[in-house]
Amino acid sequence: MEEKLTLFKNRKRFGIEKNIDIIFKNTALVLSSFVAIILLGIILVVFFQSFESFSRYGLKFLVTSEWNPVKDEYGAFTAIYGTLVTSFLSLLITIPLGVGTAIFITEDFVPKVFREIIGSFVELLAAIPSVVLGLWAIFVMEPFFRVFFVFLHNFFGWIPIFSTEPTGRNSLLAILILVVMLLPIVTSIARDSLNQVPKKLRNAAYGIGASRWKTIFSVILPAALSGIMAGVLLALGRAMGETMAVTMIIGNSNAFSWSLLSPGYTISSMLANQFGEADGSQVSSLFYAAFVLMTLSLVVNIFAQWLVKKFSLKY
Amino acid sequence: MIKTNKKTPKNVILSLENVSISYGTFEAVRNVFCNFKKGKITSLIGPSGCGKSTVLRSLNRMNDLIPNCSLKGTVLFDGTNIYDKRVDPVEVRRRIGMVFQQPNPFPKSIYENIAFGARINGFTGDMDELVESSLRKGALWDECKDKLNESGYSLSGGQQQRLCIARTIAIEPEIILMDEPCSALDPISTLKIEETMHELKKNYTIIIVTHNMQQALRVSDMTAFFNAVEYEDGDGGKVGYLAEFNSTKKIFSSPNEKTTQEYISGKFG
Amino acid sequence: MNSLYYQKRLSRNIGDKFFTSLSVICALIAILPLIFLVTYILYKGGSQITPELFTLEPNPPGDDLDAGGINPALIGTLIITSIASIIAIPIGVGGGIYLAEYSKGGAFSKFIRFGVNVLAGVPSIIAGVFIYALIVSTKILFGSMYSGLAGGMALSILMLPTVIKTTDEGLKLVPNELRYASLGVGASMYTTILKVTLPSAFRSIATGVVLGIARAAGETAPLIFTALFSYYYITGFGDLFYEMGSLAVLIYNFALEPYDAQNKLAWAASFILVLSILSVNIFSRILAAFNEKPKRV
Repeated sequence: MEEKLTLFKNRKRFGIEKNIDIIFKNTALVLSSFVAIILLGIILVVFFQSFESFSRYGLKFLVTSEWNPVKDEYGAFTAIYGTLVTSFLSLLITIPLGVGTAIFITEDFVPKVFREIIGSFVELLAAIPSVVLGLWAIFVMEPFFRVFFVFLHNFFGWIPIFSTEPTGRNSLLAILILVVMLLPIVTSIARDSLNQVPKKLRNAAYGIGASRWKTIFSVILPAALSGIMAGVLLALGRAMGETMAVTMIIGNSNAFSWSLLSPGYTISSMLANQFGEADGSQVSSLFYAAFVLMTLSLVVNIFAQWLVKKFSLKY
Repeated sequence: MIKTNKKTPKNVILSLENVSISYGTFEAVRNVFCNFKKGKITSLIGPSGCGKSTVLRSLNRMNDLIPNCSLKGTVLFDGTNIYDKRVDPVEVRRRIGMVFQQPNPFPKSIYENIAFGARINGFTGDMDELVESSLRKGALWDECKDKLNESGYSLSGGQQQRLCIARTIAIEPEIILMDEPCSALDPISTLKIEETMHELKKNYTIIIVTHNMQQALRVSDMTAFFNAVEYEDGDGGKVGYLAEFNSTKKIFSSPNEKTTQEYISGKFG
Repeated sequence: MNSLYYQKRLSRNIGDKFFTSLSVICALIAILPLIFLVTYILYKGGSQITPELFTLEPNPPGDDLDAGGINPALIGTLIITSIASIIAIPIGVGGGIYLAEYSKGGAFSKFIRFGVNVLAGVPSIIAGVFIYALIVSTKILFGSMYSGLAGGMALSILMLPTVIKTTDEGLKLVPNELRYASLGVGASMYTTILKVTLPSAFRSIATGVVLGIARAAGETAPLIFTALFSYYYITGFGDLFYEMGSLAVLIYNFALEPYDAQNKLAWAASFILVLSILSVNIFSRILAAFNEKPKRV
C-alpha cells in the first residue's frame, strides 16, 4: 500500500494548486461584476454629462420643441413625442400580427415542417441589421407606399394625423419599418408562451365541446397572456431605442407636427444625427435627451423582467 | 337525416365496427367491434399498451388533437359515423363529454369552470341554478358552495377531478368518457368519485378506462378486456385488440378467454 | 336533436373559419418582409459584385461616376468586430462561469443576472454615447479621438450580455453528475470547469457567441460617433487609433448620398453583410437541429 501511494506524487494538493483555484474563482467573480460596473458607468456618465443642460432647462426641456444651437435654446419635446408615437403605434400594429402568426405556428393548421419553416423565416428577420432595413426602406418601401400615402392624405386629410402632403420620408414609414423589426420579437415570445400552456387545458376545453378558436380565446390566450405581455414590453423597449432604420427613413425634422405623413424625429435619431458634430451646451443637451431615452427603456425593460418573474411559475 | 346503419340494436348508444387506430405507421389497436349500451357503465380494462385509452379517446374524436393519428372503420353514434367527413368534431364532443386522467380545471373560478362549458353550448337558463345542480351531481356542492369565486386550483386533487366531472355534466352530454379518472387520486377521493358515478348512471352513459380491476368490478355493468399481441412479423412491436366483452359479472367470474382469466387473476399486466 | 354534421352557417363555424384565415394572413404578412428583402438584396447587391469591389477604396461622393470598392470598410468591420470579441468573450465567458458554477442562486448572482438583462435592453446608441463620453471626448487613448478601438469597445458592450447569457445557460445544461464525477476523483474546481464542464458545453456556448458576433457585425448606431468612417486603406497597427470605416456605417453614409454610384455601393455592402450574417444564422440552426436528437441523459 505504501509503495503504491508514492506513485501518486500529486496526491497532496500543492499550495500552488489551491491558489490557482482561488485565483480562478475570484477572476470569474471580478469578470461577472463587470456587467454591474458597465451598467452603473453608463447611467452615471450619461447622467453627469447631462447635468449642465438639466440644471439650465430643467423639466422644461421635456415639453418645449425649440432646438436651436445658435440661440442656445434646447427642448426635446418633438423627439420625445416622436419616440413615443412611433414605438406605440408600431407596437399596436405588431401585436395582432405577431400574436396571430404565433397562433398559426402553434396550432396544427398545416404540417409541422411548414410551421417550422415559417417560424425560422420570422426569426431570421431579426438577424437582418437595422441599417440594411433602413436602406431597403429608403429605396423600396418609400416609393412603394407613396401612392398609398397620397391616397390616405386625399381621403382622410381631415384627420390631423394625415393632414400633411406626403413628400418622401415620414413618421409613418418609420412606424412600418419598426413593425418589421418588432415582429420577430413579439412572434417568438408569443410562440414560446403559447407552447408553455399545458396541454391538459386545451384537452379540458375540447372535451366539453369548445371549438378551436373558442379554446384559443377563452383558455389558451389568457393563460399565455403574461408571457406575451412581457414580450410586448421588451419589444417596446427595443422600439424606443431603435436607431438606424428609423433615422434613415423618418426624415429627421425637429418641427413638431401631428401628422404622421410629415417628417419627424426620435431621440435616437436626433443623437445619431447630431452627436458627431455637436459642441458646447448642445452636447450636454444631447446627453440629457440620451438620459431620457435610457430612463424610458430601462423602466420598460425592468417592468418586463418583473412581469416574467411574477408570472412564470403560474402552473 | 340519413341513418347509415339500421341494424344497431335499440339500447346501443355507441358502436365500434371494425375500428383500427394507428399513430403514423404504428398500429395501436386493431379490428375492434364493440357495442356500448345506453344507461350503463362500461369499463375498459387491460394491460398497459393495449390501446384502451386510445379507443376511449377515439369515441369523441379527441384523437384529432394528436398529430398523425388515424382511424379506420366506423364509430356509430346516434346512427351517424362520427368519422364521416361531414361530421363536426366539436358537435360530437358536446354530446360526448370527457374527463381526463389528470384533473384539468381551467385557471378560472369554480363557478366559471362550470359556466364556461354551459355558455359555449348555448345555455340560456339560470346559470346559478345550473352551477349548483352540476356541483351537486358531482358531489362537490357541500364542499365548495362558500367559495365559488375561488380559483379551481384552490381545491384538492380529488375535488378538482369532481369539479371536472361536474363541468362535463353541466353541458348535459349523452355519454361521459372517463380516462383513468382516479389514477392520480387517493383512495378516499376515489371512493367519492365512484359514488358519484353510481348517481350519474341514472341519467348518463359512462365509459371508463381503468387500471384498477377492483374499480371495474365495483362500478361497471359491462367490461371490455383489451389485450396486446405481438405483430405477426414479430419485430417485437405490439398491437392491441378487444379480447373479450361481456357483463362485468361474467368477465370476473367465468370469462370465456384464458387470457382474461389470467389477467384478472393478476398473472400479467 | 342536433345533427352531428358540420354546419357551415353556424356562427361558431363561421367564426372559426374567419379567425383561422386571419391567422393565415398574419403568418403570410410576417414572412413577406424577409422574402422581399432578401430577394431584393440578392438582385440589387449581387449585380454589383466584382473583384474590384473587394480591393478598392471607396471614392468620395460626387467625385466620380465610379464609386470604387469597399475594401477598407470590409477590413474595418473585421477589425472592429474582432476587438469587440477580444474584449467581450473573456469577460462574458468568465462572468458566465461565475454565475453558473460558483454562485448558485445567491443574491449577487440574481443581481448580476438582472443586470445582464437590463444591459441587453440598453439601446445600442446609448453604448455609443457612453464610449463617446468616456473615450472619444476625453482623448484618453493616447490622444486619439474617433478610432476603431473606441468603436470596438462600444460594440463589446452590446456583445457582453449575449456572451454571458449563453455561457450561463450553456453551463447550466451540463448535468451535475458530470461535475460530481470530476470532483469525486479529487479534481479542483478550476480543472473541473476547464477540463470537464466547459468542454461539454462548448458547442452551445460557441454557437451563441458566434451569433452574437454576427449580430455585432451589423450594428451601426454605436459606431457612427465612435469609429466614425474612413475612405482609406488600413495599412498598419497604428490605424487602430484613427477613424475606421465599417460596412454598416458605409451603408448608412452612402444610402443617404444623392449619387447613384454610392447608393449602389451601399447595396453591394448590404449584400455581403446580409449574406454572411444569414449564413451564420442558418448554419447554426442546422447544427442545433442535428444536436437536438441525442438529448442529454
